[in-house]
Amino acid sequence: MEFDALLLSRLQFAFVVAFHILFPAFTIGLAAFLAVCEGLWLKTGQDVFKRLYLHWVKIFALAFAMGVVSGVVMSYQFGTNWSVFADKTGSVMGPLLGYEVLTAFFLEATFLGVMLFGWNRVGKTLHFVATCVVAVGTSLSAFWILAANSWMQTPAGFALDPETGTFYATDWLAVIFNPSFPSRYVHMMLAAFITTAAVVLAAGAWQMLRGRSSQPTRWQTRMAVGTLAVLMPLQIWAGHWSGDVAHEHQPAKIAVVEGWCETKDVQGTVLIAWPADNECGHNGIEIPNTSPILFSSAHGELKGMDAFAEDERPPFWIVFWSFRFMVGAGLVLLGLAFWGVWKWWRGTIDTPGLFHWLAVPSGSLGFIAVLTGWITAEVGRQPWTVYGHLTTADSVAPVSAGQVATSLLVFMVVYAIVFTAGSIYMARIATRGFEDDGTAPPRVHPRAPGSPLGAVDEPAKVPGDIVAIK
Amino acid sequence: MDLPLIWAILIAVAVMLYVLLDGMDLGVGMLSFFAKDDEERNMMSATIEPVWDGNETWLILGGGGLFAAFPLAYAVIMPGVYLPVLVMLAALIFRGVAFEFRHKAVRQPTRHFWNGAFYGGSLVAAFSQGIILGAFITGFETDGRNFAGGAFDWLSPFSLLTGVSVTIGYILLGACWLILKTEGELQAKAKRFGLIALVAVSICFALVSLATLSIDPRVTERWGISMTAFDFAKILPLSPVPLAGIALTLWLASDLMRIGTHDSGPDWRPYLLAIGIFLSGYVGLAISLFPYLVPFEFTLWQAAARDNALGLMLVGAAIMLPLILLYTAYVYSLFWGKVKPGDGYHA
Repeated sequence: MEFDALLLSRLQFAFVVAFHILFPAFTIGLAAFLAVCEGLWLKTGQDVFKRLYLHWVKIFALAFAMGVVSGVVMSYQFGTNWSVFADKTGSVMGPLLGYEVLTAFFLEATFLGVMLFGWNRVGKTLHFVATCVVAVGTSLSAFWILAANSWMQTPAGFALDPETGTFYATDWLAVIFNPSFPSRYVHMMLAAFITTAAVVLAAGAWQMLRGRSSQPTRWQTRMAVGTLAVLMPLQIWAGHWSGDVAHEHQPAKIAVVEGWCETKDVQGTVLIAWPADNECGHNGIEIPNTSPILFSSAHGELKGMDAFAEDERPPFWIVFWSFRFMVGAGLVLLGLAFWGVWKWWRGTIDTPGLFHWLAVPSGSLGFIAVLTGWITAEVGRQPWTVYGHLTTADSVAPVSAGQVATSLLVFMVVYAIVFTAGSIYMARIATRGFEDDGTAPPRVHPRAPGSPLGAVDEPAKVPGDIVAIK
Repeated sequence: MDLPLIWAILIAVAVMLYVLLDGMDLGVGMLSFFAKDDEERNMMSATIEPVWDGNETWLILGGGGLFAAFPLAYAVIMPGVYLPVLVMLAALIFRGVAFEFRHKAVRQPTRHFWNGAFYGGSLVAAFSQGIILGAFITGFETDGRNFAGGAFDWLSPFSLLTGVSVTIGYILLGACWLILKTEGELQAKAKRFGLIALVAVSICFALVSLATLSIDPRVTERWGISMTAFDFAKILPLSPVPLAGIALTLWLASDLMRIGTHDSGPDWRPYLLAIGIFLSGYVGLAISLFPYLVPFEFTLWQAAARDNALGLMLVGAAIMLPLILLYTAYVYSLFWGKVKPGDGYHA
């Protein structure tokens, strides 16, 4: 493997996008959680929901800001490192990403400001509307990103300009609602909700273990457990749906994900695999004859890795194992959720114990599943950027390996400093618990478009100037 | 409808708004190096805290817009300025989080680190933006639809000159903003820096203008000026632009000198005049380069995305942009007036 500009550019894109996705994945779910809390507060009038809202909105602001900061980098990556891809796909990808930028910018410019700084300035209903619009808006941002990415996976509704070799849209609806978009969008949205629920559960469990249990802590723990118990089964179904679609359109990806060596009518499920000196390159532990159940909609023979030349299928190990990490993380969360529901039913969920000790590190499992899931999807798309039409090797910018090595190093150092500081700060708020009960965000002034960083300040010392909504 | 032209104007306006608004932020950031203590530094940063990240978002719109509307230009320019863009992004990240983290830092060394990130990040971001501008004006070596130059093609005496010019220009904007937003000792300090910056800016802008004229015969041809001859039929209709720049410079000089004296003009005028100087330069540049989007290689029509893509995006932009502009104006109006010691969101 040679560290040329192509490989380095791939590593760099993987690095910056992996960092970036953590924050949107978390804020999409958190925005929905905040909307639910505020809605429950308005409906029931119970103080506990207001306290939950005011606590988590600070973390939301910081995570949103981190997403914006890492997002700026993304909007330049396509040009600096993937300029040929940008030139060729601009007339199709451009509007999808353009709408994402407009949506995000619009949100930052308007409703986010009201949500973060308008607690004392606007009426209850308007504030709730603002929270809901932000929640819908973050989902809409994801909509455009998933549409663009899914079009790269399963391109549709386009033609090629014979003169320039560039793609252009012939049917925008077919471009946006391309074959893999619905399943992948649902899968990602559920992943975002689950990631957030796991974090909320971990924070609640941590506070209970530290003996800082309070009414909001107990509520957030129950809400998170309930959410996970409902969504995890749904997510398994959505993942299965996504796999079915991939099998239809990207059989090479599925062959590698499943570790199928030979093309057969009936395949098994390979649980784990290790390198071996055979034609396939690996040996594994396999449950035989599972494909009629798992791929019930597939007809005829199921293609194995032998159906594709080595340079026409994705690299095996990374795709195979990242998929298993994703599934493993999901199954642990599923188990944890059912255990939590059991404890809730038995009335022991507030008693610190093994469940809580396990729930704390499991707060990272959503993020792990999101990252490994995206690795499966994106590395599994190789060797293509636009599946079947434009290879990754033909997409890269004409820049030197030295430049890309430099930038990769710079991004690693900068991200290490900045995001470590930001994450520590977020964790500090989340674990501090509810000592800052009932205070509104301390900002006296509203702020300009996109100023989430300002909303996470220390709680105001003088509750006197902060008038809660009447 | 000429969609490429509409989008060229939209993106030009977005970039201009970025330069005027965040240029002022970066200028204040650089000037914070000269703050005598943390209190003065906090005052300086308080003048821009409510607005800086909104200002910076125009940069995303500029970059994202260029990809969406002119993918070919984006694909040629970005690899050509790879390293300056990298440095700019890193600097902007540090500058951005420094706003918050410098207040969070408890220990003295970390505080120094984030203070340094604030003015250092501002300086480096400003200078690399100037370099990018210079590289953009001189153009890029291309092969077909690709950039074909080297890693350091952006580096030239001209781009160093534009780097210095943009940096000093931002300092002028920042100083004039501080004159508007502060009073007393800090305002007097801003006045001194403003005057120095104005003198330097006049020299720099004059040099950049002359150098731009000699970059390509097409620019010389457009203005009708060369080393040996004047073509009055061409220069006369265009002359209001540079003349306005000169007049505004003189007006700003006289305004700045009278700041703090009994016959000083309104405090908002220097900032407006500084904006005017930038605008004259910006329009002058647009005249020089139009209709090239990758100077002297691809026109904006050659670089544009398909009409159906441009049209689809225009719908969204037509709805969103006016709302964003309105809200931005509203926020600026909320923060009208002088910043007092202890203001800002960390008080």
